[in-house]
Amino acid sequence: MFEIGLSHYLTVAAILFTLGVFGIFLNRKNVIIIMMSIELMLLAVNINLVAFSSYLNDLVGQVFAMFILTVAAAEAAIGLAIVVVFFRNRGTIAVEEISQLKG
Amino acid sequence: MSETFDLIPVLPELFLVLAAMALLMAGVFRKDEGFGSTTSLAIMAMVAAAVLVWAVGGDERQTTFGGMFVMDSFAVFAKLMVLVGSALTAAMSVSFLEREKLGRFEYPILILFATVGMMMMISANDFIALYLGLELQSLSLYVLAAYNRDSVRATEAGLKYFVLGSLASGMLLYGVSLVYGFSGSTSFEVLPRIFGGDHPAAPHLGFIAGLVFIIAGLAFKISAVPFHMWTPDVYEGAPTPVTSFFAVAPKIAALVLFTRVMVGPFGDLVDQWRQVITFIAILSMFVGAFAAIVQTNIKRLMAYSSIGHVGFVLVGLAAGTADGVQGVLVYLAIYLFMNVGTFAVILCMRSKGRMVEGIDDLAGLSRTHPLMALTMAALMFSMAGIPPLAGFWGKFYVFKAAVDAGLFTLAIIGVLTSVVSAFYYLRIIKIMYFDEAIEPFERVSGRAMGMVMALSTAVVLLFTFLPGPLLTSAKAAASVLFPQ
Repeated sequence: MFEIGLSHYLTVAAILFTLGVFGIFLNRKNVIIIMMSIELMLLAVNINLVAFSSYLNDLVGQVFAMFILTVAAAEAAIGLAIVVVFFRNRGTIAVEEISQLKG
Repeated sequence: MSETFDLIPVLPELFLVLAAMALLMAGVFRKDEGFGSTTSLAIMAMVAAAVLVWAVGGDERQTTFGGMFVMDSFAVFAKLMVLVGSALTAAMSVSFLEREKLGRFEYPILILFATVGMMMMISANDFIALYLGLELQSLSLYVLAAYNRDSVRATEAGLKYFVLGSLASGMLLYGVSLVYGFSGSTSFEVLPRIFGGDHPAAPHLGFIAGLVFIIAGLAFKISAVPFHMWTPDVYEGAPTPVTSFFAVAPKIAALVLFTRVMVGPFGDLVDQWRQVITFIAILSMFVGAFAAIVQTNIKRLMAYSSIGHVGFVLVGLAAGTADGVQGVLVYLAIYLFMNVGTFAVILCMRSKGRMVEGIDDLAGLSRTHPLMALTMAALMFSMAGIPPLAGFWGKFYVFKAAVDAGLFTLAIIGVLTSVVSAFYYLRIIKIMYFDEAIEPFERVSGRAMGMVMALSTAVVLLFTFLPGPLLTSAKAAASVLFPQ
């Protein structure tokens, strides 16, 4: 039988994390997609932590995952607020348009 | 499970967070903006918290929250630096923000919350505590960067800082999850027992990968090359008082945290991380020296200057010894006063009714504002590392620690880049003293500015004659991290 073990979870988390990082750097369209990528990275970390927690029979990982979920919510709220004030000033949230500061 | 729950070690943080919430409530319910009074109260709260830190922290090492929070003399030293930095920059920002019609009571409260976050970071003794402290600080800083919400540049700075800061947090967390998975603990007290002691375990490859991710995440926060891209943009875009805050307290807190993580839980793996730290130290010193030369905006210049300073501090950390950590702490204390003083001068750069930020705008300052020019000259000489000013001694101790640890190449590169960076510091002095004045700056009122300038100049000039107290307390603080 095919067993799903720790390494499968870690692989999924690694793929999600990589997708998140590439989503931030390769995305040329929209800041909202960047925020989704950030969320994807944090969720990948949570999969990692919960998988390890179950593997190690240790609750710390799951507690950590709860904290990360909470902080991620606060982070998303602040990020969206900043996106909103940026949109008010600039009228767009296209990534190419975030270019006033250079050097 | 009859563990007593002792909150005494965390008293300064509790006091500060309660003060911040009380001020927030007071600010919400009052009719006027109340910016000035809230700022004064916030500064008083920070002074009181500094007194509490002093009172609570003895020579003894105290922990609470199940060992997640530690209060030792290392933490006391760092917290005092952070509180002094936050209080001074808050005091400097009042007149600027009022003139620019940005005086809102949220500003000092955000600074207070960021400061609490920094103090939690400094005292973190577990990766969970580290993450929560770091996020409390970062979330407040994202908002502060975009504080001038009607300015395109400030909101863009906030957005960039948010995206890259979150990316850094993600990398840090991924690293922490790997470290947790391959060692079974997130505690800074359990981790060294796994790799130290009589039967050190060989670190698993996954563990090393986690360590590298953690270094990358923290390098973002201290803006070390190659993770520095956000720094110049954020420094330039954010309102100048916010920039002065960013350049001082969060940088000190993050560097102290970096030091604690490297020599604490990963202390026995020094051979593994030393190459990485050496690498980013060299890159930071190079970028700090060469990229700053072409800058025309003084805030951008200060950004590159701070990247260079981070490189020098990392030289001390790369040594990985108690002397190295002592050098790091001494450097940070001197850096604090140099930067606060320089930003006090930058905050006074105002002509034709608006703030100016060009380096050329300083031309002829020696004739229009001789005292200000003198302050700036002393600070620039100190940043360039000209003896006998304080900046020289900061560099001296980190380079000496590196040489003692056998890192000759690193020390030589450090000295060479410090010579290169002297070019742009001295250029500022040349512009102030030998170029013709275009337009004299307006008189900027505010006793706070004058006091900060006088204080920083005094520290920079007099450190040579009275280095004892700082050196001994830094030594005592550093020795805590190296239990014999």
